[in-house]
Amino acid sequence: MDEQYKITVNAQETPVIEPGYTFGTVTEKISAIVLTRPASNGWFVGFGLAFMLTMMMLYAIGYLFVKGIGIWGVTIPIGWGFAIVNFVWWIGIGHAGTLISAILLLLRQSWRNSINRFAEAMTLFAVACAGIFPAIHVGRPWLAYWLFPYPSTMGVWPQFRSPLIWDVFAVSTYATISALFWFIGLIPDLATLRDRAAHPATRMIYGMLSMGWRGSARHWHRYETAYLLLAGLATPLVLSVHTVVSFDFAVGIVPGWHTTIFPPYFVAGAIYSGFAMVLMLAIPIRKIYGLEDFITERHLQNSAKVMLATGLIVAYGYGIEAFMGWYSGDRYDAFTLWNRLHGPYAVPYWSLLACNIFIPQVLWIRKLRTSPVALFFISGVILVGMWLERFIIVVVSLSRDFLTSSWGMYYPTRWDWMTYIGTIGMFLAAMFLFVRLLPMISIFEMRTLLPEAEVKE
Amino acid sequence: MKRDPIYGILAEFDSPTALVEAARKTHQAGYKRIDAYSPFPIEGLAEEIGFHRDEVPLVVLIGGIVGGLTGYLMQYWMSAVDYPLNIGGKPPHSWPAFIVITFEMTILFAGISAVFGMLALNGLPMPYHPVFNVPRFALASKDRFFLMVFSNDKKYHPAETREFLESLAPRSISEVPS
Repeated sequence: MDEQYKITVNAQETPVIEPGYTFGTVTEKISAIVLTRPASNGWFVGFGLAFMLTMMMLYAIGYLFVKGIGIWGVTIPIGWGFAIVNFVWWIGIGHAGTLISAILLLLRQSWRNSINRFAEAMTLFAVACAGIFPAIHVGRPWLAYWLFPYPSTMGVWPQFRSPLIWDVFAVSTYATISALFWFIGLIPDLATLRDRAAHPATRMIYGMLSMGWRGSARHWHRYETAYLLLAGLATPLVLSVHTVVSFDFAVGIVPGWHTTIFPPYFVAGAIYSGFAMVLMLAIPIRKIYGLEDFITERHLQNSAKVMLATGLIVAYGYGIEAFMGWYSGDRYDAFTLWNRLHGPYAVPYWSLLACNIFIPQVLWIRKLRTSPVALFFISGVILVGMWLERFIIVVVSLSRDFLTSSWGMYYPTRWDWMTYIGTIGMFLAAMFLFVRLLPMISIFEMRTLLPEAEVKE
Repeated sequence: MKRDPIYGILAEFDSPTALVEAARKTHQAGYKRIDAYSPFPIEGLAEEIGFHRDEVPLVVLIGGIVGGLTGYLMQYWMSAVDYPLNIGGKPPHSWPAFIVITFEMTILFAGISAVFGMLALNGLPMPYHPVFNVPRFALASKDRFFLMVFSNDKKYHPAETREFLESLAPRSISEVPS
């Protein structure tokens, strides 16, 4: 018997793959979703809805380009409205994909193998959604390339002492590395699809994408080295990205932003919301495509445990913010706390505490951790909570700073909502295409988990 | 130069264990120009066919160093040499503020080197390869394991090599036309 099975049986846990699969059946099962399974009506309806939302987003952005950001609710003092809230929210969601693919790989958590592929896809699409917001928020989006250091006729360069330019580098590096990581993970599976495709055109497309991968032992060796090194590089990268995003706030002197707890608490919050999104995607996908044998109760449980742990770190972050509001003796910090609890945005703040701290505590109950339906809803609550957290940080801090004469309120307009909901549509549309066009579970990594993959001496 | 019409001889096995053992025996028998194909990475297989030097880590290291230097020197040159600007009284060369981008550029260059270095060292992309001419080789990406002895190996002999591979009890043997 395979080591892994022994361990899981001893611990009386659900295994990572249900027993009884072989190299052939694992390959068949995952590749058939792409190659032979016809697209169902449900897929067309789902994709159609998501596509319509994407069109709505393009409409809202098109109108924004015509009219300018005056169509949004942003004004002075709240110059950072939905755009920045959504940017931080989407980037955070992406982080779970990199955590699963890189950090859990380094920690030799073999359960990651069945969820890393679509979690990485989720990362890519989330980063794509995130990237839209700062670009369209700059006011003159056709000049967004000014963010990059290029030799301009003005002779001037970006201001490298600003966290905003750090963010440009962090996010574009993150997007590039995530795409590369995802792509090299796909190469061997694209070769499998090439060899199994019936139609010559399909074979041609997958063949070109697979770069002529033939599974040579030399190639595998370099491949594994590159993959491991990339994981090692992506690990500090993912931690740095949300740290840099938090610098956008923490380096500013606005009360409610200027705090050193931000980097760790942003990273934990990112992973928290990311795992919630992973579960919200994995639970319906495993049901619809019959993948319960590959994405087992164990995966759901482990993801729930990660959410529980990161959720507590986030709660600690809120606690420290509140504590520092009192302990610093700074009247503006103290007022920020009072304002959150009792000010005009008290309802979002209390909802945030409920969504991110109180409700997720039910995950201590084993029965709920293993119930897909319960997890689906708790994950939804967490995603709402994490969105509210960014809303509180961005909007509430700016709405009431040092001078009462410069206080203000923020009211999102329909264009804000259309853009935000539109990006959710774009994200879902991309996921719908992904599950039909590419293997959503890494086939070759699943093979390595099977008992027969072990080399017996 | 006249090319050998045969590219090599390909033996098919059922399990990773059989492939590793066959690879070891073939290498020990004196065949040096051999290759093994499997649907997933098998630990130690590359060593059995005589592959010991993996240059990917070196490529990544060089990429990382180049990236870090590029990141830092770019910021230094732009902020302190080419167009110094006084921002909040900070010195033009404010190195602590340059660390973040230096770090990101290190990761970016190292990551790109890892992926493209791996592909280049593997000689990919290579959409055509003689081994694809064997119809059964399509199973190499599913559940079969293959061992190839190339015809340009010094010890290669059409009949003897075939006989030797047959002694390893493969599931099938095919000649790969070049």
